[in-house]
Amino acid sequence: MPDISVRNFAGAIHSPNPFWLASAPPTNCGEQIMRAFDAGWGGAVWKTIGEPVTNVSSRYSATDWNGQRIMGFNNIELISDRSVETNLSEMAEVKKRYPRHAVIASLMVESTREAWHEIVARADDAGADGLELNFGCPHGMSERGMGSAVGQVPEYTEMITAWVKEKARTPVLVKLTPNISDIRAVARAAKRGGADGLSAINTINSITGIDLDTLVPRPNVDGKSSHGGYCGPAVRPIALNMVQQIMSDPESALPLSGIGGIGSWRDAGEFFLLGCGTVQVCTAVMHYGYRIVEDMAEGLENWMRSKGFNSIEDFRGLSLPRVTEWKHLNLNYKIVAHIDEQKCIGCDLCHIACWDGAHQCIHLDRVSGPVNGPVEVHTIPAVREAESRASIAVTPVMRKERAANPGLYPTPLERIPRVDETECVGCNLCSLVCPVDECITMVRVDNGLAPETWDERSRGAACAAEPKP
Amino acid sequence: MHTPTLPEDPQLGERFSELKPPLATQAAVIEADRCLNCFDAPCTAACPTHIDVPGFIKRIASGNLRGSALRILDVNILGSSCARVCPVDVLCEGACVMLRHNRQPIQIGLLQRHAMDAFYASGEILSVAGSPRRSLRVACIGGGPASLACAAELQRRGVQATIFERRALPGGLNTYGVAEYKLRASDSLREVEMIRRMGVSFRFEVSVDSAAQLEALESEFDTIFLGVGLGAMQRLGIPGEDTEGVMNALELISSYKTGRIRELHGTAVVVGAGNTAIDAANAARRLGADPVYLLYRRGESDIPAFDFEYEHAKQEGVQFLWRRQPLSIRSDGHGRLLLDTVQMHLVNNSLLPIPDSQFTIACDLLVPAIGQSPLAQLVRELRGVEVQEGRIVAELSTGRTSNPRYYAAGDCVNGGREVVDAVAGGRRAALAILEAAEAAHA
Repeated sequence: MPDISVRNFAGAIHSPNPFWLASAPPTNCGEQIMRAFDAGWGGAVWKTIGEPVTNVSSRYSATDWNGQRIMGFNNIELISDRSVETNLSEMAEVKKRYPRHAVIASLMVESTREAWHEIVARADDAGADGLELNFGCPHGMSERGMGSAVGQVPEYTEMITAWVKEKARTPVLVKLTPNISDIRAVARAAKRGGADGLSAINTINSITGIDLDTLVPRPNVDGKSSHGGYCGPAVRPIALNMVQQIMSDPESALPLSGIGGIGSWRDAGEFFLLGCGTVQVCTAVMHYGYRIVEDMAEGLENWMRSKGFNSIEDFRGLSLPRVTEWKHLNLNYKIVAHIDEQKCIGCDLCHIACWDGAHQCIHLDRVSGPVNGPVEVHTIPAVREAESRASIAVTPVMRKERAANPGLYPTPLERIPRVDETECVGCNLCSLVCPVDECITMVRVDNGLAPETWDERSRGAACAAEPKP
Repeated sequence: MHTPTLPEDPQLGERFSELKPPLATQAAVIEADRCLNCFDAPCTAACPTHIDVPGFIKRIASGNLRGSALRILDVNILGSSCARVCPVDVLCEGACVMLRHNRQPIQIGLLQRHAMDAFYASGEILSVAGSPRRSLRVACIGGGPASLACAAELQRRGVQATIFERRALPGGLNTYGVAEYKLRASDSLREVEMIRRMGVSFRFEVSVDSAAQLEALESEFDTIFLGVGLGAMQRLGIPGEDTEGVMNALELISSYKTGRIRELHGTAVVVGAGNTAIDAANAARRLGADPVYLLYRRGESDIPAFDFEYEHAKQEGVQFLWRRQPLSIRSDGHGRLLLDTVQMHLVNNSLLPIPDSQFTIACDLLVPAIGQSPLAQLVRELRGVEVQEGRIVAELSTGRTSNPRYYAAGDCVNGGREVVDAVAGGRRAALAILEAAEAAHA
């Protein structure tokens, strides 16, 4: 049985699994966090503690897609609206009852050394296993000189991290904002300041949408809105890129808690493969509740078992060497689309995608016979559609008419597209739009060419261009 | 002037509650989102009117309901009734690629109804060409789907069309002949009213069936479109057919839809096994007849009705008597009918009576439902229009007949198909009429 427990951040924070709740509404209070631990969460980062705030209503908005709720989620809520005393006394209670779970105090106070020293000492006294410095909150707090106002300036990040490290007895994690042109600049600053670890990413500045009836952007607070922080499934690719940037940069790399659109063990696995040691989850829990952790843990264990991994460390970061700069990609690697006609259902989405969005090399000419070559030799999509609309169709009312139509199976040959492999550039688009699993696969073509990158090719050209002595 | 209407009948509504209730708005969006938006979609190709199915479905998904309805009405002016009466299993939904994917075709019929109901709820009238561009005058004989489609298409393109309907209400079989649980007469009339408000003229209770009338029409109109449908239902051709208590299927259906029959009692026997026979048998059940037998001279595997209609009739409690041929109808002298029948079997591919297998069924209502006959009277009077076996000969793609001033489509040409076939034919004829007029003008 794989062991998914983790010991991280200078070896000082351990938890029964790598799944932590991010600092957010699911970690507002001790009662919630204890229920979350009962449900199976390995750790929790407390909703950011600081001078209590007054929040607005409403606070959230979302982007739906194609009938699915909350592809992306946006909030304009600030840090905890409860007193520091209340939060810390509940934290002490949670730690007493759940000594094996990780409890991290997320902190945000005004940017003075005294204020930071005081809050750090109080959090450590409450029994926190670690501290997470919230330098990422992109709305409201930043207008008051906190949150991303700190995280967007490397010098401030380094300075405050150093102040905290002067006092902290537990590991210090710095939570990074993605609202900056290169996240490594702040990651490096945090590392210089002495941080023991990083959390990334915080939410991304966003306006999720505008009500087309009232013309007011969402969320609507008495007729006005404000930009918020975007999270949820939509941001995962952005988060993965930033995680990779941090972990591939020796001056940035620190033990990392990955955040951004994680809702399943698959999502989490990707963050571990790019070097994260733990992951934090918020939106998926706000959507479905604490119970989602069960499948996250089971699914991860089952995947590890199938891959022969015994611990997270066995595979942590394994995909990092697979990410490189474009100039190091093999220009001579050639693949082409292959359509499995036994699986094709005849939607022809690959055909129209290839014609309108790619390289015009998937054709509907199986009946008239294959004709390879450039665009000009083929019937264009608009003509094909016009032909079908001009055809005469009648309802098969008689039994013998219905019998003459053999039905749907198999897909009629004229609806099964054909790939012109001489023209296919191997872009993947058709395989991405195909609704059927494994119907369109990208198959390697042996072109007999040795691997060559753009870097190698341009250096070769530069050498050739150099004047010979 | 308004299109004539029928009074509301709550009892009818209750007995014939809708077979397929409409989708709620959110259910429609969920279903619309499921559509793959195929290229050159097979559903569109299968539809005789070639409605842009993915086009109207994705407009529902985006919340552009008006655009969705207009997309449908572009090619099918009776989109509302087609959404309800089309045998989608053998048309659009039967062609849906989802059948090969997860076995659940997109509910195209219900989605189309969703868009059309929203359109009619809005009260909008389809726009027509600003000012009549042509002096062309067209008469459409018959007020059913073929004529309505032809007239509406002409009107949209600026040509005045006039519909001649022999009955008191327009809509043809859509109003009088479709099972009420599929299409309410009031919904059919609502659709016709929209067409009237687009500018199409109607002349009701005008029966065009003499040479003199046709001659008069020829002098008043440039072109005559024949959308006359079929004639009376075929008779069984057995003794006693005119006994009281015998009522053909279309008569039964139009009678209950217009409130002339509100209830039935006792045993009903329907003869025939087509879609209309099934409609009549189901109607008899819902009106209170029990038991209801459906007699067919061939076997279960030969039944001409669509499979889903047959399954539906079984659910309604209709009992099927296979290979049974009616021989004669008698009165028992006490107000009931005695139907003498004989069992049939196949001998060398011909259907023959089994000796000594006569059996008499006592019943209260006998409903012949073995199809409609051609409209013999009018067809005889048509001069220069070729007719074969009672059907008007017209080119499928244009509706042109052998007389250049006459066009035809719908049941009188195809021998009896679906509403959507009549709409497609009527519209194609309208386009051909316009093209011919343009050519003559040039």
